[in-house]
Amino acid sequence: MSRRTKQRDFHQLSKVWNIIFNSIAGLFAFLCVFPFLFVVIISFTDESVLARNGYRLIPEKWSLAAYRYVFETADTLLQSYGVTIFVTIVGTIVSLLIISLYAYAVSRKSFRYRNFFSFFAFFTMLFNGGLVPTYIVVTQLLGLKDSVWALILPMAVNAFYIMILRTFYTSSVPDAIVESGKIDGAGEFRIFLKLVLPLSLPGLATIALFSTLGYWNDWFNALLYIDSPNLVPLQSMLMRIETSMQFILQNSQNSSLSLEALRSMPQDTSRMAMVVLATGPIIFAYPFFQRYFIQGLTVGAVKE
Amino acid sequence: MKAVGGFFQNIYKSKVMLFMVLPGALWFLFFSYLPMFGTVIAFKEYRFSRDGFWASIVNSKWVGWDNFKFLFSTNDAYVITRNTLLYNLAFIFIGLILSVVLAVILSEISNKRLAKTYQTGMFMPYFLSWVIVGYFTFSFLSSERGLLNQVLQSFGVDTIQWYNNPKFWPYILILVYLWKAVGYNSVVYLAAIMGIDRSLYEAAMIDGASKFQQIRNITIPLLKPIITIMTLLAIGKIFYADFGLFYQVPRDSGTLYSVTNVIDTYVYRGLKSTGEIGMSTAAGLYQSVVGFILVITSNYIVRKYDKDSALF
Repeated sequence: MSRRTKQRDFHQLSKVWNIIFNSIAGLFAFLCVFPFLFVVIISFTDESVLARNGYRLIPEKWSLAAYRYVFETADTLLQSYGVTIFVTIVGTIVSLLIISLYAYAVSRKSFRYRNFFSFFAFFTMLFNGGLVPTYIVVTQLLGLKDSVWALILPMAVNAFYIMILRTFYTSSVPDAIVESGKIDGAGEFRIFLKLVLPLSLPGLATIALFSTLGYWNDWFNALLYIDSPNLVPLQSMLMRIETSMQFILQNSQNSSLSLEALRSMPQDTSRMAMVVLATGPIIFAYPFFQRYFIQGLTVGAVKE
Repeated sequence: MKAVGGFFQNIYKSKVMLFMVLPGALWFLFFSYLPMFGTVIAFKEYRFSRDGFWASIVNSKWVGWDNFKFLFSTNDAYVITRNTLLYNLAFIFIGLILSVVLAVILSEISNKRLAKTYQTGMFMPYFLSWVIVGYFTFSFLSSERGLLNQVLQSFGVDTIQWYNNPKFWPYILILVYLWKAVGYNSVVYLAAIMGIDRSLYEAAMIDGASKFQQIRNITIPLLKPIITIMTLLAIGKIFYADFGLFYQVPRDSGTLYSVTNVIDTYVYRGLKSTGEIGMSTAAGLYQSVVGFILVITSNYIVRKYDKDSALF
């Protein structure tokens, strides 16, 4: 660390260029964050001035009405949150289980059919049947339409992750360790659980985070397979209220709400409040996890 | 007979490992290989049968290449191919330039903590779904309330119905894509720059090279291999479009289809709204086959260039 700072001393930009570089990077970073801030501002705007002024950076009148409204109809939001959390947790676990076992088996030189199964996974990265046949298999053969598994299974396995993890096993789990386990009389599963998994935790954590993000942000599978309002995940719920807040009211159990309520509802601002409430967790969590994503990206670029 | 016995013996010996690959292998069978087989319906007139999946496929009538003939006799095939290719080309090349420039800028900023903060900001869009991004763009482009029309109004210019006006969308889509992807993509190049041997810069400095000469003569040439590889790999995927970008951001607006319809959205609409199962399977198969050829070719070139970076 001290070496780097010393190098920096005589390896520096001139003051002017440092300012220019800082402003370019800072401006771009700001532009990346700005739309979210804007949506937050809109969600705190009073609906009545919205009709007159449109979306403004500094609203004429602030208001909490949108949030009050969203919390009144909170059961719909909570239901979607529940679906998303369930799908994300179960999906990530299922996906890690399948991927880590598969990758471990094809990473072992003693596995007679490793080449066959490597290719079996790998070929799916090159060629696929496309959306329509997949849809028909999932709905007709597996019968997953309107099932929570339709949100989990189609995304559970990804050949690319298997390849990354296989590389990770071969590079960070020395053969000698596996052999020593064998000499001590441990079976393959025991070796995998007690020796290999602990050593490959960093690799697994990276895959787990990618998988978590994938499930949390997924709306495509819901778009294809889910009609039942009880199974609508967060992102898909946001899609359904894009044109009308009706979805919220139809599915709210709160019977005191009526058509009257729909008319008085601050449509635009509560939509934006929903967006804020759905995005909030990610915005707060990602700065803590981003280094794993960076790691994953650079690991993915380095192949066996 | 002996060979068969040997085969079963081998299976038995590998039973634990086979058990480990079993769940994954089943997944690939159902979610990858059966759909591959299912592409036969591109050559059939698909009839849904109550007796399930196999009956539906077997009982549908063979029509040969008819679905493809229909597909390519319409203007659609040309439009979706053109859109998919041109957008991806723009994404790849503009994205490349911006990501590399940003990576160089971030690597040269002397206050490392500030650089980290900028990077965290640029990373944010990567974590958001296209649905959210769709809302973001709407807050700018909404014709009655959007920020952009207010700006136009304040300059006394006529407002624009953004969601009904195809001519702006190539720019909008490219901008939105870059906004979402550039911060993330620059990470790869930044990592590569960090890996460059510092003594090269010291030597250049002693020879009196300015900072910009160093960037031009050391950083960029040393980035070339990774740039080439990333670009070739992206070209291998050029026949696949990002469904979310083209479906969510234009809000599925029909008047914009001429500039927002790509192969993926076409296939989806064929399946879910127009119900042309045979034709959209044909379009999907067309995408898979051309995509396959492109991946193989680009990988072949990557392999020649740098064996370690090839996909296979």
